[in-house]
Formats: sequence, C-alpha cells, structure tokens
Amino acid sequence: MRGTDLAGLAAVMQTTGLSFDQAPPISVPFRFFLTVPLFIVAASALLLWAGPSALLERHNPATLAIVHLFTLGVLSMTMCGALMQLLPVVAGVSIGKPRLVATLVHLNLSAGSLLLAGGFLWGWKPAFLAASICLALGFGAFFVAAGAGLLRVATRSATTLAVSLAVLALLVTVVFGICLALLRGGLAMDFYAPFAVLHPFWGLAGWVGLLLIGVAYQVVPMFQLTPNYPATLTRWMAPILFGLLILWSLAEAGNDVRYALEAGLAAVYAGFALTTLYLHSLRRRRQVDTSLLFWRVSMLSLSGALILWETAGLLPHGWRDRIELSAGILIIVGFALSAINGMLYKIVPFLIWFHLQSSLPGRHAVPNMKEILPEVWARRQFWLYLASFLTLLAAVVWSPLVYPAAILLAASALALWHNLLRACYRRREAGHAAPGI
Amino acid sequence: MDTISVFMTQAHHHCDTLFAEAENAMVDGDWEAATRQFAAFSRETEHHFKAEEEVMFPAFESATGMTAGPTEVMRMEHQQMRGMFAGMADGIRLRNRDAFLGASETLLMLMQQHNLKEQQMLYRMADQVLAGERCAKVLAAIRALEE
Repeated sequence: MRGTDLAGLAAVMQTTGLSFDQAPPISVPFRFFLTVPLFIVAASALLLWAGPSALLERHNPATLAIVHLFTLGVLSMTMCGALMQLLPVVAGVSIGKPRLVATLVHLNLSAGSLLLAGGFLWGWKPAFLAASICLALGFGAFFVAAGAGLLRVATRSATTLAVSLAVLALLVTVVFGICLALLRGGLAMDFYAPFAVLHPFWGLAGWVGLLLIGVAYQVVPMFQLTPNYPATLTRWMAPILFGLLILWSLAEAGNDVRYALEAGLAAVYAGFALTTLYLHSLRRRRQVDTSLLFWRVSMLSLSGALILWETAGLLPHGWRDRIELSAGILIIVGFALSAINGMLYKIVPFLIWFHLQSSLPGRHAVPNMKEILPEVWARRQFWLYLASFLTLLAAVVWSPLVYPAAILLAASALALWHNLLRACYRRREAGHAAPGI
Repeated sequence: MDTISVFMTQAHHHCDTLFAEAENAMVDGDWEAATRQFAAFSRETEHHFKAEEEVMFPAFESATGMTAGPTEVMRMEHQQMRGMFAGMADGIRLRNRDAFLGASETLLMLMQQHNLKEQQMLYRMADQVLAGERCAKVLAAIRALEE
C-alpha cells in the first residue's frame, strides 16, 4: 500500500472491506467445531466395526471410509470453519454473507463426507455420485467466498500467501477427488487413474500442511510469546513447497527425479517442524498449557512421519503397507488433528469470551477464558487423545490393539465435545443465547 | 529516523516482555515478584495506550478525517484490555492465582490480535499519512509524555 495517497487508501479500505472489526457471527465457526468430534466418533465406530482389517493397507474400503471421515469430516471441517473466522482477522479478508456460506459449506461437507464413507463401505455407486455433488457444492461455496476475498487482499503477508496456496491446493485436491469419486460412481475414464496418487499428496502435503504452516506463522509467536519465524523462512517455505508439489505431480512415477522432489518436500517440512520446536524452546511464557502440548505432539508426529517416509526404502518390501499406514496415522491423527485440537482450546474460549464481553455490560459479569474452558478439562482430554493416538500407531504393528485404540479415540472425541459444549453452555449461563449449531 | 511503525512496534515488544515476566512470576508462585512485575507491565502498557489515545490517534484522525474508523475500534479494545488488567489486579489482591492466570491468558489473546491489527494495518497507514515532519512531531509529543 506504500505510496498510495489518502484517497487511494480510503478506496482500498472500501473495496477490500478492510475494516478493523469484522468478526463473523459466532455461529459461523462454531457449527463446524461442534460437528468435528461427531465425525471422530463415527470414524472410531467404523474402526471398531472393521477391526484389524482396517489397518491392513490403505486401499481397503473400510480404511478409505475412515480416512475420508477424518480428512473431510474432521480436518477440512475445522479448517474451513476456522478460516471463515480467521481470514477477516489475520488477512483483512471479509467474507460476504457469512451465515449463508457457513450453512452451505457445513451441510454439504457433512453430507458429502457421510455419503462418501458409505460409498466406500458398501461400494454403492449412487452414493459416490451424490457425494461428488455435495462436496462440489460445499467446497465450491467455500472457494467462492474465501477465494474471492483472498484474491482482493490488500496486505499480502507470509500468512495470507501460505493460506492462499493452501486453498489452491484444496481446489486441486477436490478436483482430483471428485474425478476419483465419479470413477467409482461408474463414470469410468482411464485418464483418472494417476489422480489416485496425486489426490492424497495434494490433500496432505498441500492443503493440510500449507494451511498449518500459514497459521503457525501467526499463532506460535502469539500464543507462546516466542520469537517470530525467520523472515526468509516465512517468505519462501510455502511457495517452495507449492512449487515442489507441482513439479512432483509432473514428474514420472518411479523416476529418480520424483524421489528427489519427495526428499525436497520432506526436507522443507522437517525444517518447519524443527523450527517450530526450536521456537517453542525459546518461548518467553514459562506456563506449559495444553495447547502447547498438542502443538509439540503435532510437530513430533510430523518429524516422525517424515523420517518413516524417507527411510521406507531401507526396510523390507513387505513392510510397505504398514509404513504407508503409519505415516498416514502420524500425519492425519498426529500432525493435523493434534494441532487442530490444541488450537480449538485457544480459539473457542476466546471467541466465547469475546462475544460475551461485547454483549454484556460491566467487566465482572464476563467469565475469563479459563473459567469458560478450564485447563484441567483440556488436560484430561489431551491425555486421552495421546493414548488413543499411540495405541492406534501400535495397532499397525500388533493388530488386536485396534479395538482399544478405537474406544480411546471415541472417548477422546467425546471428551472434546463435552469441553466445547460446556464452554458454549457457560456462554448461555452468562446471560446470552447459545450459539446456533 | 524512526517511523511510527518502528517506534510503536518496539513498545509492543517491550510490553510483551513485561507481560511474560509477570505471568512467569505468578506461575512460579512468587507473589512478591508477580506483584512488582505486574505493576511494571500495567504501567508501561497504560503509557503506550496513552501515547496512542492522546497523541497518535488524534494525529491520524485529523490527517485522515476518519474518526469513526480503525482508531475507534482500537480505543474500544484498549478498554477491553483495561478490564483484563483489573481482573489480574483482583487476582493479586485476593491472592487468587487461577483468577490472575485466567485473566492473563485472556489478555494475551486479546492483546496479541490487537497488536497484529495495529502493526499490520493501522501503523502502516499512519506511516503514510504521518510521514516526515508530521511523524517527527508525533514522536516528539509521545516522548514528551514520558517526562
């Protein structure tokens, strides 16, 4: 914006909606957050039902159903909801008609995730077609709302760049995913076959990874009072990852170039994980809160997944499926879910506090964040989460553990749901209507 | 010469450090240090608020004609933060560690996103409309507050 005159400045503010107070209604993000534990419970129930067969290899129908309940119903659900809240605050991006967009995205994403899981489980073609329509509508509404805002953003920070690239990677993932769903729905075309390799890579190394990186740039220094990420790193990490993803997609499968590109991606992500752990060690706040524990598990899981991925070649060939599954668990349940779970414990009580204090006169009437969501509840849920995650990992090696893992996972999700609902209830108690779910 | 951005951002970092020291003392259960550090933190932060509310915001408002815009929201958030200072002070007065740490957690979230908005938007705008001579005047007036 440097160099523009005052009229230009005012015009920029007008056209970008760059206002200083534009948080959406609390029901916009909360409907997403409160749905997330239910999808974890659904995935756990499926895991319990499928038993050891769910942990044989990643193309197993039950495994695919569980994975998509996680990636769509849990990860994308929180990430879309959180973005609708965070974009106006961290990027100055305003989302027009937030309630309408939230309703469209939330309902279609929920229905699409369930239909897709059903399609995988029972191989029912119409379910794949219906899922494709729901997911196209839901993500489509999100792209129109968030994408349009991101294109017009006035201050292009490292975070907005990483978030923009993450949303672009989501677009690629969704297009590949819908093509694959249509293929399973009976609209067969041989051309779609390579998409089965590209789709998960763009989803996890693109959408999930880039978004967490962009968000980490802001929240790691903010929550823990650490130094900022080095400027060179924030400027280049996301664009380099995105460039590597494109090159990797164009390189031939099984080719040395492709292995080199994979190693490059792994190296950049390892750099991110290690930098974050290092910054945490330099934090000025001495208090170890639950959110920090979740972030540490997240970064250690990411490092673990990368080590496993890079050393896979050294292990016996028969271990291939187990390594893929372990890496998937480390990335989805470890890296992504842990960071998300930890951030919910900052975002949810803060938003409730924020909406309460702006609607209630007098400071003493408003409970503070830790009265809204006590640390001791969050801590208990963290231990349940950690137990479920580690048991699930162990179940890849010793399959009977899949049963306790599924039960622990459901228990952790229900504890999370309880904590979020109790926090919402505190809001009602404090003299305000409960958020729309 | 300092810009508004550089000068004011330094103040944010200074206040962050004092905040962490006060909270750490409370985490360690050192009431005496917590009381002292909290007093330093709230005094310095209040001073920064004053520099904004009495000097920089009015200069920005008169240069842009925007009185009901960003500065109004920033003033409102200062009020919210003052409410949290009171919550932390109550914690010290009543010897209630949880009350102090609950208020400090809330304050940190509020303060950090407030600082972000100022650093990424308001100060950058201020650097444009309060350049050169005007900037020097604003900074001189803020330094005069200290004496």
